Amino acid sequence: MMSDDTPRKSPIATRRRVLAGMSALPFMGILGTKVSAADYPTAVVNTTGLAVTDDKVTVGILHSVTGTMSISETGSVQAEKLAIKQINDAGGVLGRQIDFIQEDGASDWPTFAEKAKKLLVQDKVASVMGCWTSASRKAVLPVFEQYNGMLYYPTFYEGLEQSPNVIYTGQEATQQIIAGIDWVVSNKGAKSFYLLGSDYIWPRTSNKIARKHIEKLGLEVVGEEYYPLGHTQFNSVINKIKLRKPDVIYAIVVGGSNVAFYKQLKAAGIDMTKEKPLLLTISVTEDEILGIGGENIVGAYACMKYFQSLPNDNNVEFVKAFKEMWGDDIVIGDVTQAAYLGPWLWKMAVEKAGSFDIDKVREASPGIEFAKAPEGYVRIHENHHLWSKTRVGHALDDGQYEVVYETEDLVEPEPFPEGYQ
Amino acid sequence: MNITLYSRREWIALAILSALILIVFPATMDIFRLNLVGKYLTYAFVAVGLVLCWGHGGILSLGQGIFFGLGGYCMAMFLKLEASSPENTAIQSTPGIPDFMDWNQVTELPFWWVPFKSFPFTLVAVVVVPVIFAWIIGAAMFKRRVGGVYFAIITQAFAAILTILIVGQQGYTGGVNGITDLRTLLGWDIRTDGAKVILYFVNAALLIAVLLVGQMVRVSKFGRLLIAMRDKEDRVRFSGYDVANFKMFIFCLAAAFSAIGGAMFTLQVGFMSPSFVGIVPSIEMVIFAAVGGRLSLFGAVYGALIVNWAKTSFSETFPELWLFAMGGLFIAVVMTFPNGLAGLFRSHVEPLVARLLRKPVVAARETTTAAEPAKLAAE
Amino acid sequence: MIGDYTLVEFSSILAMQGFAGLILFSVFVLMALGLAVIFGQMGVINMAHGEFMILGAYVTWLCSQFVTAYVPALFPIYFFIAMALAFVASGALGILVEWALIRHLYKRPLDTLLATWGLSLILQQLYRSVFGAREVGVSLPDWMMGSFPLTDIIEVPINGLFVMALTILISLAVFLLMFRSRWGKQVRAVVQNRPMAGAVGINTKKVDRLTFGLGCGVAGVAGSAFTMIGSTGPTAGQLYIVDTFLVVVFGGAASLIGTIASAFTISQAQSTMEFFMSGSMAKVLTLLTVVGILMLRPEGLFTLKMRR
Repeated sequence: MMSDDTPRKSPIATRRRVLAGMSALPFMGILGTKVSAADYPTAVVNTTGLAVTDDKVTVGILHSVTGTMSISETGSVQAEKLAIKQINDAGGVLGRQIDFIQEDGASDWPTFAEKAKKLLVQDKVASVMGCWTSASRKAVLPVFEQYNGMLYYPTFYEGLEQSPNVIYTGQEATQQIIAGIDWVVSNKGAKSFYLLGSDYIWPRTSNKIARKHIEKLGLEVVGEEYYPLGHTQFNSVINKIKLRKPDVIYAIVVGGSNVAFYKQLKAAGIDMTKEKPLLLTISVTEDEILGIGGENIVGAYACMKYFQSLPNDNNVEFVKAFKEMWGDDIVIGDVTQAAYLGPWLWKMAVEKAGSFDIDKVREASPGIEFAKAPEGYVRIHENHHLWSKTRVGHALDDGQYEVVYETEDLVEPEPFPEGYQ
Repeated sequence: MNITLYSRREWIALAILSALILIVFPATMDIFRLNLVGKYLTYAFVAVGLVLCWGHGGILSLGQGIFFGLGGYCMAMFLKLEASSPENTAIQSTPGIPDFMDWNQVTELPFWWVPFKSFPFTLVAVVVVPVIFAWIIGAAMFKRRVGGVYFAIITQAFAAILTILIVGQQGYTGGVNGITDLRTLLGWDIRTDGAKVILYFVNAALLIAVLLVGQMVRVSKFGRLLIAMRDKEDRVRFSGYDVANFKMFIFCLAAAFSAIGGAMFTLQVGFMSPSFVGIVPSIEMVIFAAVGGRLSLFGAVYGALIVNWAKTSFSETFPELWLFAMGGLFIAVVMTFPNGLAGLFRSHVEPLVARLLRKPVVAARETTTAAEPAKLAAE
Repeated sequence: MIGDYTLVEFSSILAMQGFAGLILFSVFVLMALGLAVIFGQMGVINMAHGEFMILGAYVTWLCSQFVTAYVPALFPIYFFIAMALAFVASGALGILVEWALIRHLYKRPLDTLLATWGLSLILQQLYRSVFGAREVGVSLPDWMMGSFPLTDIIEVPINGLFVMALTILISLAVFLLMFRSRWGKQVRAVVQNRPMAGAVGINTKKVDRLTFGLGCGVAGVAGSAFTMIGSTGPTAGQLYIVDTFLVVVFGGAASLIGTIASAFTISQAQSTMEFFMSGSMAKVLTLLTVVGILMLRPEGLFTLKMRR
C-alpha cells in the first residue's frame, strides 16, 4: 500500500518542519496570527457571490440531529462547532469571523439533498461540513457538483469516489483495512477470517477489499455474512462462527445492531480477551462503545486512524478543549476527530488561496498540511483524501482504546485501489 | 359529463388550486423553492390516491410507499441507464453499466434492466409495474375479505419486505444509496433551472389531470358504491355486487396515482432511494391525506403542501425540536378536526365567506371539497 | 452445507440453533404480548409500542446509574427492581395516554394509528432531548452476562435463559390475569360485546384504561429485558415495531395463544433460515412466508369466535 515516495520521517521531525515552514508564511494564521480583513477586501476574496462580508463568512453544518443517525452524527456536529469556535478565537479566516448555519438532515437522504441545496443556493455558504453515511453523501454529491460547493466529509467510507467538490477527511477503505489485516497476520498469526457486516455498501465494499487482501496473503476467508441494518438477533451467526472456528472475526456491524451483536457475542461465551477468535472491527469507535458498554467489548481490536487515548500533545489539547466545551462525560471517536479537521483544512486552503472562491480553494487544497491535527500530521492528497496514519487500538473495559500499533509512515489514500476492485 | 363532474363551488375550488400551483407559485418563488414545491406536489399524487382508497373506500393502505417507490425506480432505471453510457463510465471495469453494479462485481446488465433502455417501455412500466403489484396484493386480500386493520398491517409488512429486498440486492438496485446521479432524459439535461421549471409544470398538469380522474371516479356510480362499501360492506355484497373487484380497482387506481408521483419525484429530485419505500414514508403519506381531509381530493393536495412546508420550515428554524411540532400536529388533526383542513374550511370559513358575499349558505354536503385561501397566504 | 461437518458438530448445530430459535421466540413473545393485549383485546393500533419499550429500557438505565452511584451493594440484583419500575413507568404513561388520547378514538380504530404515530414522534424526540442523541450503555451484573459451557461447542448464554424464564413468567401472569381473574373476565366481556358488558354493570372505561396500561407495562418490562441483548437509544423502538405487529396479526389478533404460536413459528423459521443463508435473505423469506400464509388464512392462526 505504501508508495515509495512517501517521506519517511518521525512525527516530531515532521512537526518541526511544518512549524518552520509556517513561520515563513506569517499570514497562515494557524498559530493565531491576526490577519486584518482590510488586507483582503471582500470584492477581491469573494468574486462568486458567496456569503462573505467584510467581517463575516458563513459556512454550513449539515448533519442529522434527529432520526437514527443522530446517534453517530452528534459528535461530528460538536467537533465542527469546536473547530469553528477555535478558529474564530484565533482571529477567524482572512480576518473574518465564521458564522455557521446548521441544517438537520433528519437521517433521511432526500432531506440531505434538499438542505444541501438550500445551503448552497439560498444561503450561499462558503463551504459545508457535513454528511455521515455514504447514502447521504451520494444524495448531496450531484447538488455540490451542480452548484459548485465544497463539502468536508468526515466519515471513513468505501472509496470508489473522488469528487472535485468534496474533501474527504476520513479514511477511504484501503487506508483502514490493509494495515489492520497485515497487523493481525504478522503479530497474531491469524490464518482464517470470518467477515461480517451490516448490509449496505460500506461493509460490503470493505469486506471485498479485505477478502482480496486476505486471499493475496494466501490465507482463508471461512465465511462472509450480511445482516439488515437494525438487525438485533445474532445468535445464528454466532453459532456459525463457533463452528467454523476462524482466527479472526472481522466485523463491520453498524448502528443499533452493534450493541446487540457485541452483547450477544459476550453472552454466547466468546471472550474476546482470550483472542480465540480475535475480533477486529473497523466500525466501533469510542462513540459506539458508549452504547455497547466497555465491559462487553473489552479485548476487541479496532483499526482506525484516531483514538481518544492518543498520547501526542495536539490530542491532549484537543481532548481538553472538547471536554471544556461539551462536558466531561463526552467521548471522542475517529469520525469526530475527522470532522474537527474539516473547518481547519478549509481555513488553511482559503488562506493559501487568499480567496473564498470555491475554485481557488479547490486548487489550493492539495498539499495543505495540518500539523496540529489531533491525530498528528495530515496532508491533503491530490485526490482530495488525506494522507494519514493507520492505528490499531485494543479495547479496554472503561470504553477507551489503547493504541497498540501505528503505521510508521502516512498511508496514501487510494480511493480506486488497483487490484482490489 | 362536465355538468355533473363538479358543482359550481367545486369548479371555483379547482380554479383556485390550479391558479395557485400554475401561476402563483411559479410567479412568486425562486427556482429552489419552486423545485421544493414540485417535490411536495409529487406526494400529493399519493395523498389523492389515499383519499379515494381510504377516505371513500375505507381501505387504509400503509404501503403506498411501495407504489411511489416502484414508479420512481422504474423511471430511475431508465435515467440511470442513459447516464451510464460507455463514454461516461469509461473508468469502470465494465463500462456501460450503472456505477453501483460495477462496484458490486456485476459484469453484465441484468436481463430485467434491459427493457428500461426504451423510453416508451419505461413510461408504460412506471404505471403498469406498480399496478400489477397492487393487483396481486389486492386479489389475495380482498378476495378473502381481508380488510381494515389487517390490511393496513399487511401492506406495512410488504413495505418492509420490499425495503429489505432493495437494500439487500444492492448489486442490482443500488442498495441503501438508491439510484443516484441521474442526469439527462433523452439527452435533455434535467438538472438545469430551465428543466426544473418545465418539469414543475408537467408535474402540476399531471396532478390536475389526476384530480379530474379522481373526481370522475367519485361522482360516478362507482364512487357511490365505494362509499356504500365503506359504510356497510355486507349490504353491498348482498345487493349482488362483487365487492372485492371494486376494492381491487380502487386500490390499483391509488397505486397508479402514487406511481406517477414517484416517477415525477425521480425526475425532479434526481434520485430514488429505498427510503421512500419503507414504512415511515408510507405512514407520512397517509398523514398528508388526513391533514388535508380524508374525504377531499383538493384537501389532499393542500395537506401534502402544508405538512411538507411546515416540516421544512420547522426544521430550518428549530432543527432539534421539529419532531415535537410534527407529532403534535398529527395528534391535533386526529383529535380535534378529523376531517382535516377541508372539514375546518367547510365548518368555519365557508359560512363566513358566504356571509361576506351576502348569499345564503348552501347546506354543506358531506363530501364537499374546499380550498382555504387563508392557508394559501401562509404558503 | 451438512457435508462440511462431523456428526457431533451437526448435532451441536441442531442443539444450538434450536436454542437460538427459543431465545428469538422468547424475544418475540415479550415484544408482542403487550401489543396483543392492546391490539387484540381493544382493537387499538398502538404505533408507539416500541417507544413504550424504550421507556422501560431507559428506566433500567437510570436504575443502573443510580444503583452504581448510591447503593453498589444492590448492583447484582438491581435488574429486578428496574423491571418492576419499568412496568410501573410504562404502565403509568400508558394510562395517561389512554386518558388523553385513545379513549376519544375507540370508534375510529384506524385513527388511533395516526395519533399514536404522532405520539411516537414526540416520545422519540423527548428521549433525545432528555437522554441525549447517543445510545446509552446499560451495565449489567456479571452473573447475567456469562454462559454455561455444556460441551466444547455448545454454550448456553445466561441472558438467553433469563429472557426465556421471564417470558414464561410474564406469559403466565398475563394468562392468569386474563383467564382466571375477575378483571380478566370483564376485559373479555368488553371485547366480545361492549354495550352488553356495560349493561351488566362493568365499568368499561376503567377496564379499557387498565388494559391499555397493562399492555404498555408489559412493553416496558420487555424493553427492560432487551437492554441485555439490544441497544438503548431514542429510535431503538422502531427496530421492533414491524416484527411485533406481524407476530400479533399472524397469530390472530384476539388470541393470546395465537400470538405465542405465531411467535414460535416465525422465530423458528427465521433462526433456521439464518443458519443456511445470509441474514437479509432469511428475513425477506420469513416475511414473505408469513404474508403468504396470511393471504391463505387472513384471520391469522387462531381466532376467537364471536358476534360482531
